[in-house]
Amino acid sequence: MSETKETREKELGEKAVIKVSEMDPRFKYEIRKIPGAEKIMLCFQCGTCTADCPIARFSDSYRPRKLMRMTQLGLKDRILSSDVIWLCAACFTCVDHCPQDVGIASIIRALRNLAVDEGFIPRVYKELGSCVLKTGYAYRIPELRHRKREEQGLPPLPKANVESIAKLSDVTGFSKLFEEKKVA
Amino acid sequence: MAELKYMLFLGCVIPYRISSYEISARKVAEKLGIELVEMPEFNCCGLPLDPVSHDMMLTLAARNLCLAEQQKLNIMTLCTGCAGTMRKVNMTLKEDKKLKEKVNGYLKETGLEFKGTIKVRHLIQMLAEDVGLERIKATVQKPLNPLKVAEHNGCHVLRPTKYIGFDDPENPTILKNLIELTGAKCLDYMDETECCGAPIIGVNDVIPLQLAREKLNHIMAVGAQALVTVCPFCHMMYDLHQSRIERAFNEKFGIPVLHYTQLLGLAMGFSPDELGFKELRVNATKLLDQLGS
Repeated sequence: MSETKETREKELGEKAVIKVSEMDPRFKYEIRKIPGAEKIMLCFQCGTCTADCPIARFSDSYRPRKLMRMTQLGLKDRILSSDVIWLCAACFTCVDHCPQDVGIASIIRALRNLAVDEGFIPRVYKELGSCVLKTGYAYRIPELRHRKREEQGLPPLPKANVESIAKLSDVTGFSKLFEEKKVA
Repeated sequence: MAELKYMLFLGCVIPYRISSYEISARKVAEKLGIELVEMPEFNCCGLPLDPVSHDMMLTLAARNLCLAEQQKLNIMTLCTGCAGTMRKVNMTLKEDKKLKEKVNGYLKETGLEFKGTIKVRHLIQMLAEDVGLERIKATVQKPLNPLKVAEHNGCHVLRPTKYIGFDDPENPTILKNLIELTGAKCLDYMDETECCGAPIIGVNDVIPLQLAREKLNHIMAVGAQALVTVCPFCHMMYDLHQSRIERAFNEKFGIPVLHYTQLLGLAMGFSPDELGFKELRVNATKLLDQLGS
């Protein structure tokens, strides 16, 4: 992990005093419009998500409850520039256990999408994305693998329609996200 | 009984590095009289790109659904991630007219339209619900009697309950029943439904190893001789990374991690070679010797 990550994680956790100027009261409304994130306002901070989160047990910084509160408070810049939002493993335990049906994992996905819009994208997602655009597959399947399939009696892998994927990438705005983005 | 014919969605992880799952799954499917049709074209289910762009994920998943709709076939996947994603998208687009219009607007560019006419099945759902335990049991020729194993379902085959609606995510029993029909005993252990951690290994390689180590410790504590998985990503975490976990924590596990289809294949009488056992990182020879396979 990079040093910047450590710094950011600390920042998210240790700055106890929040300045009013840091808060964007419109942020929660912005989030609420995103499919899957409609129920952000329903979080009443019971902490079931954090208590049941497998990642939170081993991380000093990843706390879904805290992220929900920060989102409600509108601490947009702190959240979107933080690497902490990238630690959710999407196991959906919080989604199943939340008494308010907040849909925490979808809200974290929405936060990630917004972070990417702002230019923060972990290198691994850049790689996965460009591989899907180039080959249809999320990983580059080496030539050796293709040959081995034949030896193993497996049928050839279905090919991707790269032109179609490129078109879909353009119309969904995905392509644009990959242009001149800095790596978080 | 409905015809057992599916479009096989391989996903990306299996062709990339977990061929043993595909090899054994094809063998087992053939034995059960399941016909698997190859995808005419392929693209990733969309799951890995959801964090970057939700719209792109929806569109990629929907595109695969459209390709299966054209051939009037249900999709069967071996990967829980692909199954969970495509099930969720299939259901959401069927229910949310506005979202369906939006996604169809994108798909129109490539001459496709999502209609919502097919189903998405994960391997174990197909086995339990479409094939049926009795029919599978009838194919067992070499019961794996003395063997004691533990299961790991993988999150996306169970959760979120709202979209998946399969088994009880708090106390899953279907995979256990599928395991026990082979004659092997499936042991209970602590935190059975806990995530393997693999999805974040690209951004943090410490936490997933800690999670996987904990699971290996829990299954060792109850005396399981192997871990049985139904997801290539989970498998990678416990098999491929097991030696790395051993080094990082200075512990010794040596627990073979088998795909369910390998376990069932052995019980059907296939040889370990036919089921891709050579591809496993953690050596399963001791276990196979004990079974006389």
